[in-house]
Amino acid sequence: MEARVFRLKTPLSDSDIEKLRVGDIVYITGLMVTARDEAHKKVLETLESGKSLPIDLRGLVLYHCGPVARRRPDGSWEIIAAGPTTSMRMESVEAEFIEKTGVKMIVGKGGMGARTAEAMRKHKAVYAVFTGGAGALAAERISRVVDVYWLEELGIPEAMWVFEVEDFGPLVVTIDSTGKNYYQERMKDVKAKVPSLAEELSKRIQEILGEARK
Amino acid sequence: MGGVTRESLEEAFYEFIKVVATRIPADVYEAVKRAYEGETNKLAKAQLEAILRDMEVACAKSRPICQDTGTPYVYIEIGDDFPLRSEVADALISALKRVTKEGHLRPNAVDPVRLKNSGDNTGRYIPWIHWELVPGDELKVHFMSKGGGSEAPSTLKMIPPLRGWKELAKTVVEAIAEAGPLPCPPVIVGVAVAAGADIALTLAKKALLRPIGVRHDDPFIARLEETILEYVNRLGVGPHGFGGYYTALDVKMEYSYRHPASFAIGVVTSCWATRRGSMIVRSDGSWEITSKHLAPAGDGCRVE
Repeated sequence: MEARVFRLKTPLSDSDIEKLRVGDIVYITGLMVTARDEAHKKVLETLESGKSLPIDLRGLVLYHCGPVARRRPDGSWEIIAAGPTTSMRMESVEAEFIEKTGVKMIVGKGGMGARTAEAMRKHKAVYAVFTGGAGALAAERISRVVDVYWLEELGIPEAMWVFEVEDFGPLVVTIDSTGKNYYQERMKDVKAKVPSLAEELSKRIQEILGEARK
Repeated sequence: MGGVTRESLEEAFYEFIKVVATRIPADVYEAVKRAYEGETNKLAKAQLEAILRDMEVACAKSRPICQDTGTPYVYIEIGDDFPLRSEVADALISALKRVTKEGHLRPNAVDPVRLKNSGDNTGRYIPWIHWELVPGDELKVHFMSKGGGSEAPSTLKMIPPLRGWKELAKTVVEAIAEAGPLPCPPVIVGVAVAAGADIALTLAKKALLRPIGVRHDDPFIARLEETILEYVNRLGVGPHGFGGYYTALDVKMEYSYRHPASFAIGVVTSCWATRRGSMIVRSDGSWEITSKHLAPAGDGCRVE
């Protein structure tokens, strides 16, 4: 089956999101905001203390990414590499993040867990992966750095970057707004193969060792 | 030439680290290309296509292959008569700082106590350097930018020797299955059997330096590598977890003699963006990169 392809612009609406299903391919034009471990903590602490965030995240795309960035002589930023980081590290705080910020799409790598999937079902959001590690390719689609927050405090990889992107993708949806979680289902199948493959491999290893000990 | 100096050494390291950060090793590029050509699963093939394009963009534009430019691991073989000694580490650290400052590497060294990024990829025990003293007057340096995500599946098991090899099969298959898409497959898997915990993990990691397709000198270890590879790929994790054939590009194995009472198993992985390189510096100051990498050619990039 050919994958369905969507080209979407931020801010994303609930109806944009509800169209998307696991396995769909998406290209994003508009604003993507990065946050890794420390920036997640910072966002939640800021909201907890009743203050507002430096940027309104409603309808935007949250990107799990710590870029390589370089300052040009004129003071503006050049993004050198900006692929996704492992999303699972943010699993413990992501449900709350989605609820409190109103982001509609999260881009990362490796998938996320049951709590995030449930929050996505409840608040109408999706999770999609960009090819992990493809940092140079990702940087090609970032047209401009709009802003960066908490740079001094958190450093380049952990700061919150606001990227203007054009046709950023291909992003493959792996959690949709019905709460379906592609990776979780696939990995169940993979793990089910472990006992029999391990048993068979063990026998093959014994054969080789048997020859080595002759 | 008038002989190697602290300054000329730093210059050589600077050029070398830049090549490792921006140009994928030829064996890795060719292995991904073969995987792409043979892959029939569409989502998996799309991932491999993006990986190849990324490698080519990085090479053509002299940019890091991945934004996680890793932790610097350095394996040094220093000749008895190489004119510089402790200054080698000093030159390496200065080069690393410069390459980072210029944006070719992301600053990845974080003080775990004070939660402070040093900003230049150096800090307590970082770069992590292994030293080996060898005869001769040359210096050989192997540099690996080891990605953080693919450290996650690292596994150490201390097994009663009677069950050692049986447990090894399970340990490897399980580690790769449990990690799923997290270490950015297709990965290279390092496996070692050793006397102690630290030896097992060190040898497993060092085995990753051996190029894809180059088998261990010991013919039995070579066969174990091929056999384990076959079973890892039968798991069906596939490129970035989208299924398809290639979960691993290769398996590299190493061993030390073990203690009669111990059987340590170490398993490590390196992501598809395995960045490693080797260089040689001679006493006269001349140097060259001895590993093969993707390199700019005409309007694109080719294997040298």
